[in-house]
Amino acid sequence: MNDLPLPESWTHKDLVSIESLTVAEINFILDTASAFKQVGTREIKKVPALRGKTLVNFFVEPSTRTRISFELAAFRLSADVVNVSASTSSLTKGETLKDTAKNLEALHADIIVLRHSSAGASKFLADRLESSVINAGDGAHEHPTQALLDTFTIREKLGRIEGLHVAIIGDILFSRVARSNIHALLKLGAKVTLVGPSTLVPRTFEAMGVTVTHDLDSILPDVDVLNLLRIQHERQRKEYFPSLGEYTSLFGLTKKRAEQLKPGALIMHPGPINRGVEIDSDIADSSRSVILDQVTNGLAVRMAVLYLCAGASRTS
Amino acid sequence: MKPTLLRNGRVIDPSNHRDEIADILIIDGRIADPATTRDPQWEEIDARGLIVAPGLIDLHVHFREPGQSAKETIASGARAAAAGGFTSVVCMPNTSPSVDNPSVVTWILEKAKAEACVNIFPTGAITKGIAGEELAPIGSMHKAGIVALTDDGRCIQNHEIMRRALEYARMFGLTVMDHCQDYNLVGKGVMNEGIVSTALGLPGWPSAGEEIIVQRNALLAELCDTPIHCQHLSAGGSVAILREARARGIKISGEICPHHIALTDESIRTFDTNFKMNPPLRTQRDIDLLIEGVADGTITVLASDHAPHCSYEKEVEFDLAPFGILGLETELGLFIDILVHKKKAIDLPRLIAMFTIEPARLLGLDRGTLNLGAPADITLIDPGLEWTVDKNASASRSRNTPFHGWELKGRAVRTIVAGQTVWAL
Repeated sequence: MNDLPLPESWTHKDLVSIESLTVAEINFILDTASAFKQVGTREIKKVPALRGKTLVNFFVEPSTRTRISFELAAFRLSADVVNVSASTSSLTKGETLKDTAKNLEALHADIIVLRHSSAGASKFLADRLESSVINAGDGAHEHPTQALLDTFTIREKLGRIEGLHVAIIGDILFSRVARSNIHALLKLGAKVTLVGPSTLVPRTFEAMGVTVTHDLDSILPDVDVLNLLRIQHERQRKEYFPSLGEYTSLFGLTKKRAEQLKPGALIMHPGPINRGVEIDSDIADSSRSVILDQVTNGLAVRMAVLYLCAGASRTS
Repeated sequence: MKPTLLRNGRVIDPSNHRDEIADILIIDGRIADPATTRDPQWEEIDARGLIVAPGLIDLHVHFREPGQSAKETIASGARAAAAGGFTSVVCMPNTSPSVDNPSVVTWILEKAKAEACVNIFPTGAITKGIAGEELAPIGSMHKAGIVALTDDGRCIQNHEIMRRALEYARMFGLTVMDHCQDYNLVGKGVMNEGIVSTALGLPGWPSAGEEIIVQRNALLAELCDTPIHCQHLSAGGSVAILREARARGIKISGEICPHHIALTDESIRTFDTNFKMNPPLRTQRDIDLLIEGVADGTITVLASDHAPHCSYEKEVEFDLAPFGILGLETELGLFIDILVHKKKAIDLPRLIAMFTIEPARLLGLDRGTLNLGAPADITLIDPGLEWTVDKNASASRSRNTPFHGWELKGRAVRTIVAGQTVWAL
């Protein structure tokens, strides 16, 4: 454990957004995650960093992979873990989010990992609790650990972020993954292009410092990273585009489109993927796809975040 | 009650185009001739350096009774009104139950008579249960004492129902007021749709969702040749529609609230629910256009949309919090500070007109004037008084204001209703 950065140099008890982090802080988390990734390759993968600490996975909105990733990260750090979902909490009985969270704090929860359908929910709790609050997705606002694991993966595979051209494709309007990635990539010096139907990628995003296009083919030869988002065509998205078939024809990463990419360009996806919709099935399994590396790196990134924020709350 | 003489104030009474240093005499709760032979027994109030205005009218408040008295009661709301310089308030009908039948109107008026220190003027819902589907018993509510019709908080989406409501209301001389919001365009929107909502990932409420109903209302007012008043306008585009319609002689008017010219959607970056109201805070461009509309007379009424909510109701996730903020006690200060002192969009007589004779004429109220014989509702204002907003000093039962700690210039210092001082600084 001597190779881990000292948590004392980290001052935030919470991680609610990427927007609020400095470049140095993002890099510090990524460096810490590198050290934890080493731990994952050892015979004994568990470290005692959070022994005696209690982590509550408070998932008001359903999730499987993010919850399991946080749970495993906590186990590897020797923390005790409790899972609370909306259906098993008192939120269904009309208790407010604040009251439920205060109860968790009264039970000595050191870290609350919150997934919630309302933008700003994590900041709301972070401002009101002594416990660390880690945002595991708040509405369409932010999903900071996803952006950290994405940038970690890019840095690992391509050696840098600065100067790269990253395209994020799909349902940007409703995507917290997109927003956190935009903040992280721009802070770290990448060029970001958003691609998708004009209904789901409005021009107002340009105010964040990105480029918007609705023509995927025109940018393929230039990009270093393609980050494909899951596209949904359920009840709430019907008015945004006509069909999944039309989406695939305009924005799906088909084999033919993949041939236009530069050699070495990465294909990413936060999952769960829709094979044959936003990504061709074979492309998803190809060597340039780093989708499963993202999942593995997510564990290291979340260990780093828990380790740093719990350390900050201990010293403050 | 002894006669009261307000001495040497700057009397601004826009209903009589009056702006002069003068005395105002009150006898038996009414404005009397100051030439009456004076008696040393009279009570005298030194009004030097102060504006003596007809009692201010707030055309748009929510007093939550019946049904939600934890937020506000008629009595507490009236105290907040008095502390803000208002002698009359027009109460919206979205209580629980809603004001959609004469018995609720009667209940409110009796409660007001017993407990309120200012004049309470109830409005009635246009449709049963404010559901936008069937006309409420408008004639019966008129007999019971409503002063206008509105489904405020909601908006009638069916243009045919709105048309028939306008035609039916005309029979009683009741003005229809409308909360302008197209439900399809607005959807689940909780803040202005724009750069900030895009960045925050909060559902957007586009300006077009208001403007399309303002335009609808202009067309229906023309079709029915009946007045319609557009409440709490937030979007710059609404002003242009109103201006064009009024130029063609259509009987359409509009009001604005202080928060829509004091704040922009940038405030929501903190997710503070005290910046959440309906319609939402918009952009600097909208503010500029709203103020332009005030300056050129397109916007004729200033109002608060005083909307109290309990702290625990507001202390939730942003998209789940109720819309609305307090307004009565900060309204005058904000409007004087912004419209008169900072932007110099209008002068004090025009500002007072927008709080007095304009709303009084719109609804046909026997208020908003210092005519001899009129009820002695008077507000004394110190337009240069610098003060700091303290939400904990509010007379309201609620504390949901985004203006806590703001330093403002201009404030009411005494509120007189029917000759009686009901509040003084």
